[in-house]
Amino acid sequence: MKARSMGVCGVLVAGLILGLAGCKKKSEAPPIKVGAIFSVTGPASFLGAPEEKTAKMLCETINQSGGINGRKIELIVKDSGGKSENAVSLAKQLIDEDKVLAIIGPSTSGETMAIKNICQEGKTILISCAAAETIVNPVASYVFKTPQKDSDAAKYIFKAMKQKGISKVGVITSNDGFGMAGKAQIAKLAPDEGITVVISETYDKQEADLTGVLTKLKGQNVQAVINWSIVPAQALVAKNMKQIGLDVPLYQSHGFGNIKYVQAGGAAANGTVFPCGRLLVAESLATDHPQKALLVKYKGDYEGKFKEDVSTFGGHAYDAILILAEAIKKAGSTDRDKVRDALENLKGVVGTAGIFNFSAQDHGGLTMDAFEMLTVKDGKFAVYKN
Amino acid sequence: MNLAQIIQYCLSGITVGSIYAIVAIGFNIIYNTTGIINFAQGEFLIVGAMMAVSLTKVVPLPVAIGLAVVITTVLGGLVEVVFIRRVRDASVLRLIVITIGVSILIREAMLHIWDEKVRSLPYFTGTDVSTISVMGAHMSPQVLWVLGVSAVIVTGLTLFFRFTLIGRAMRACADDRMAARLCGINDRWMVTLSFMLSAGIGAIAGCVISPVTQTQYDMGAPLAIKGFTVAILGGLGNSIAAIAAGLILGLLEVLMMSQFQAAYKEAVSIVVLLLILVFRPSGLFARRDVSSLRAF
Repeated sequence: MKARSMGVCGVLVAGLILGLAGCKKKSEAPPIKVGAIFSVTGPASFLGAPEEKTAKMLCETINQSGGINGRKIELIVKDSGGKSENAVSLAKQLIDEDKVLAIIGPSTSGETMAIKNICQEGKTILISCAAAETIVNPVASYVFKTPQKDSDAAKYIFKAMKQKGISKVGVITSNDGFGMAGKAQIAKLAPDEGITVVISETYDKQEADLTGVLTKLKGQNVQAVINWSIVPAQALVAKNMKQIGLDVPLYQSHGFGNIKYVQAGGAAANGTVFPCGRLLVAESLATDHPQKALLVKYKGDYEGKFKEDVSTFGGHAYDAILILAEAIKKAGSTDRDKVRDALENLKGVVGTAGIFNFSAQDHGGLTMDAFEMLTVKDGKFAVYKN
Repeated sequence: MNLAQIIQYCLSGITVGSIYAIVAIGFNIIYNTTGIINFAQGEFLIVGAMMAVSLTKVVPLPVAIGLAVVITTVLGGLVEVVFIRRVRDASVLRLIVITIGVSILIREAMLHIWDEKVRSLPYFTGTDVSTISVMGAHMSPQVLWVLGVSAVIVTGLTLFFRFTLIGRAMRACADDRMAARLCGINDRWMVTLSFMLSAGIGAIAGCVISPVTQTQYDMGAPLAIKGFTVAILGGLGNSIAAIAAGLILGLLEVLMMSQFQAAYKEAVSIVVLLLILVFRPSGLFARRDVSSLRAF
């Protein structure tokens, strides 16, 4: 009996040693699984495509420099095509099958809202790259976001309007999550800022011509137009306004932060005013600006690698991975709850959109300082001065 | 509402209406020769416009459009030869499903060739900001291009089908394929030709509307739905009626928009489509008794 149990022990020990040796041969801990849902194709591909490229690029950089706490990141990217129903099934797949630590994305507010509860119930960290306030208000303990708040964007626009003495505005929004959220924020905040919204209209997100709805605004003698959308219609608005002779200033949301829209808008896009992160004007920032080094590096890396202009949307994915990496480092583990707690207490993390200070009440982490008012000058972005 | 505003609404309606009309024309040709609705028509438009945008980097605009039309025409012919011609026991429904498949195939291919970004051709006359004034209202000169090109296409098609041998042969196939075949007409090639013709016309349409609507790889389907509605509204197969129907739908949408929330505009075309299918399936401009005869 004794000899037999000794034998068993021996086999066990041998197995253990072999097992350990096996581990040593691999020499690395298993990678940290991070999921990402971006609308790489479809109508919101403006957002998803640069986000996907950025996320992959940043993970590569992190892995090349040894990973986080000695573990590499395995990024699992899924394409939702901009559809909420796809985002839902992909989120379930990432949580239940891939058992990821966190999900980066989705790209649009509508998709994020569709999976907010799924991630909360699945106790999986969600760091959204979409802007709508409703994503983090009310706070869901596992849900965060990196873009600036849309309420702050609206406030910035109102501030710029007041400086120009504008009080009667017409608002047009796209009928998607981003547009609807913006419409609600504008309606809520305008009275406090002394701005009267005389007309608020919604258009289809694949609209091919906006002269009709702009005619309606023109009939109301508005002093300025606010367009709130992320769709290509942002370029159309500028063109159509000029075409029907609606000669009032055009204000757009932070969704306009993509040079492609400026190019598509051509001469008509000049003079458009919009609040945006500082990425687009990185070079013209003061050298001692805390974001400058990071922004210039990201812009240089991205434009060098992909041969296309950087957009703020890719920056949101950059920030999402950056803060997740910081949180994992700080937590010193990949336990979801520990990482979540660490994330919630992150302070002073410099990202592309601004400087993040999270708290239990604030899962957006950014303040109004994250915005800069920009304008389009001769087909390029420039800092807006009155 | 003052006069200038009413005119402005009308011009806006004409702008979108002209776009719908030029898209609708392409549907009619294939319908006439084969009796099927080609759901890849929207993709032909986008392929044409995308080609032209890429080619403008190396050749002047008119040449680029010309080349784009030729390439798209060839593509239309290939689609027919590869996907449609070989189908045995070709019921109308089966062929329509095939065209839906082809549309998805082309769309995904375009995504890989041109990526997801929005492009547009330059305005044919003037720039993004130039306008034509009509009694205090304004519109883009490009709208006149769209209307003018539609008129030229329709006139050209009418002459082609009335007075050329090939055009008559295509009409003969439309009327009675078996009889046409007995007369020595190669009916298969007539079908191929109809695909080429509507692909080519689609490419022209795509190029002309590109400055106004902008061009993105997945814009074909929404345009095609509007074009399809207009083709039905006018009476399938009748291109002149399609132009009238396009303008009617455009004006209806703007009327709706001026009175209600703009977002409801999209419902107009669907309601019109349903009403016309239920109450007047032959279309607004066709007499019921002749609707069974397909005429160009």
